[in-house]
Amino acid sequence: MGIQAAAALLQNANFKGFFTGRISEIAAKGVCVPGLNCYSCPGAVGACPLGSLQSFLGARPFRLPYYVVGLLVFFGALLGRAVCGFLCPMGWIQELIALVPVRKRNRFRLDQPLRKLKYLVLAATLILPVFIARTPFFCKYICPSGTTAALFLAAADSQIRGLFGSLFNLKFGILAGLVILSLFIFRPFCKYLCPLGALYGCFNRVALYRGSVTESACVHCGRCAEICRMGVDPVKNINSAECIRCGDCVGSCPAKAIRFGFTAGKEPRIIVKEADMNNVQ
Amino acid sequence: MKDGGTQQAEKTGRRTGLILLLLGTALTAAGLLQGQYASVLAKAIRICMECVGIG
Repeated sequence: MGIQAAAALLQNANFKGFFTGRISEIAAKGVCVPGLNCYSCPGAVGACPLGSLQSFLGARPFRLPYYVVGLLVFFGALLGRAVCGFLCPMGWIQELIALVPVRKRNRFRLDQPLRKLKYLVLAATLILPVFIARTPFFCKYICPSGTTAALFLAAADSQIRGLFGSLFNLKFGILAGLVILSLFIFRPFCKYLCPLGALYGCFNRVALYRGSVTESACVHCGRCAEICRMGVDPVKNINSAECIRCGDCVGSCPAKAIRFGFTAGKEPRIIVKEADMNNVQ
Repeated sequence: MKDGGTQQAEKTGRRTGLILLLLGTALTAAGLLQGQYASVLAKAIRICMECVGIG
């Protein structure tokens, strides 16, 4: 939680903006942050990767968005969904809501089918702006980060409040629904709707920051699967597209068989010391 | 200890990740050379009406 809070604050370090309702215009805003953080948030000091991507896809004349795609591939290949677990402000907000002591249900019948929804949202996010110019589908109709940004802007600027209409009401309904769901389900937005999570999930199997289970040490007690709030069974598939690398399973393992990191899964190199060599001789 | 197949899959995954990391770096550099940083900046320093549910 500490890393998530620090990441959210760092990505929204234009604190003055929250009071003035003016968004930052610094040069860093040309660089996409790894997580979902609306660039219209008065605190934002970086660009939203999904907003930037859709802006390129919807622009005419059409240009291939090398820069944004490159950054997304870079973040994905380096960290995979560790971005969701540690660097995304939306994930952090949902975890804060989840602290409210209400009984959570993370396993229910519709859970697995609903997980596929985020891939549909990802497809729509990538395809629709290409055909319907200047329509960032995800930002316009779904993105709760944009709605949160709108609330911050409206709090500081009454003119913005006056412009809210049916589109805002739709988006506010989605945000409110997610807030309520977050009380009962861990990270519902990340599980069911986030296209960025869907995208980074595709990298989990190959990302350099990865998980590993030492099979010889595992006692198959099932505690790791039981504790995982994302519904992953680490023993079966530690690099599942659903794993956000939170590390809950690491602490739960009595055999210390689970590891996450850049060197996880690498076979240890055997270093034979000179003294040992003498013993052999 | 891991069996041979798992080890091989682990190595392949890691190698693919490294290749993708280089690809991402190359694409980012290509985009920068095309001036796409400026396009992102231009969009990011104005309030996005669609994003905040107005436009």
